[in-house]
Amino acid sequence: MLLRARSLDKRFGGVAALEAVDVAFERGAVHAVIGPNGAGKTTLINLLSGIYRPDSGSISFQNQDLTGKPPHEFAAAGISRTFQNLQVFFNMTVLENVMTGRWLHERCSLACALLRLPSLARAERACREAAAALLDTVGLARWADARADNLPYGALKRLEIARALAAEPRLLLLDEPAAGLNPSETREIDELIRRTAARGVTVVLVEHNMKLVMEVSQHVIVLDYGRKLAEGEPRAVSRDPRVIEAYLGAEACST
Amino acid sequence: MASSAGARPSASRTPLLALAILIAALPLALPNNYTYEIAILVGLNAIVCVGLNLLIGYAGQISLGHAGFFGLGAYGSAILAARGGWPASISIPVSLIGVALLAWAIGRPILRLKGHALAMATLGFGIIVSIVLATEDRYTGGPDGMAVPPLASFISGEKTWYWIVAAALIAAVWLARNLIESPRGRALRALHGSEVAAGALGIDAAAHKLSAFVISALFAAAAGALSAHYAGFITPGKASFLHSIELVTMVVFGGMASTFGAVVGAAVLTTLPQLLTVFKEYEMVLLGAVMMLTMIFMPRGLVPTLERAFAAARQISR
Repeated sequence: MLLRARSLDKRFGGVAALEAVDVAFERGAVHAVIGPNGAGKTTLINLLSGIYRPDSGSISFQNQDLTGKPPHEFAAAGISRTFQNLQVFFNMTVLENVMTGRWLHERCSLACALLRLPSLARAERACREAAAALLDTVGLARWADARADNLPYGALKRLEIARALAAEPRLLLLDEPAAGLNPSETREIDELIRRTAARGVTVVLVEHNMKLVMEVSQHVIVLDYGRKLAEGEPRAVSRDPRVIEAYLGAEACST
Repeated sequence: MASSAGARPSASRTPLLALAILIAALPLALPNNYTYEIAILVGLNAIVCVGLNLLIGYAGQISLGHAGFFGLGAYGSAILAARGGWPASISIPVSLIGVALLAWAIGRPILRLKGHALAMATLGFGIIVSIVLATEDRYTGGPDGMAVPPLASFISGEKTWYWIVAAALIAAVWLARNLIESPRGRALRALHGSEVAAGALGIDAAAHKLSAFVISALFAAAAGALSAHYAGFITPGKASFLHSIELVTMVVFGGMASTFGAVVGAAVLTTLPQLLTVFKEYEMVLLGAVMMLTMIFMPRGLVPTLERAFAAARQISR
């Protein structure tokens, strides 16, 4: 197992956002986390990236215990993520956003930075090229030198993915990567997820777009009211009557 | 594409060269010792502002207590040189090391605070420093201040000091720009852009805020020590709350997240009060009006606004 989380609990005030949730992610697969609004999907992603600290339970990644560690140690262990509400660095160019994603692979002492030693110039050139190549794979190469706040919404979503990939993670957590995108943009995300998984990166996808989930994922976890309702292979889960009632039923009522 | 992106770091040396040429040519326009004095004052303030801009403009953390570090750097070196008889070449580095350690010790707890709370904590620190400097008169001479030995016996006069401060300012700008254009600089800007995203990329927010805080304190302390040895005299006023506010105002006025903005802000807000003295009692009113109008019409500060205007004009003419 790449990542194993046992009986995660997270409460906000008196409200339980997650209760006794166990998850295990196998290496090299695409996993999806689905569930109605407020089911605790983003809470789970925030726990698995160290943004939230669980009230109880444990998280181990590649047999390393990360429970209670700060976010930057989750990242250093090999977990990278994107955000549902965009967290792009709007004070930078598009290329610089992705270069920042390479932070963990750039060893740069304070003296080296202040004095601009020659080794730094070489490393910066390599970093720039790696970032430019990633922008190319997500189709943003022509925006490289634009300020991030000049990009349209769909491009920002892909920029976040490129930035997360720049960290060369073992596990990539995508929080609603297709939310707010049109069908052709969604297809691009679909393609990007497949290519990422093909390179051996394990992907965990939180998503409302069922078509995308069914197409790209090999394993689905269904959350409802902060508890794990079901999990398994996508087709089997979509036929599970409990899932249909909780998830699809709830959605049918809301529309 | 990669080649055009790769051309940027070398191109960014041009502004530093332009600044050096400007500083080298400036004495031609300085008619007397009084104008040299102002230029030196501009240089010293600019050194503090370049450091403070790393903290405020790039890392996005406020400090209302940096005059405290300026004062500690000044008094540290002054006391070691005057009371201990140390040469300035030793008293200044020792004073700077002391300030760096203090900034580290204070920064660790208070940089956990954000926004207004951080402003209050740094404000409190600055006030404590100025009270200590005013009351520990055995060492500091109290509110009347103390005499400070010269940097070296052969160094005196405004013209010599102009070149010393000029060299220090160019070094400060060079160091600050190197830092900003390094991965560490990107990490600092990332904290400002989105602290949560920075953390998710492995950037240790607390450590980077602390390093920006310590570096900016060092810049302030270095300027303070130079100022004490230059003036030959120092009073606690240099560490006052008012001076802290002036420094932050210079950074914001010149333009946050712009190293040259910090220099321009220091230059304008140091010389403007001198120029406005011809208006006698209306001086402060005019100064206030100039600052308010700048902030209303150029909320990003002088230099970034002008940069964007030039960039836009160039696009139109193309």
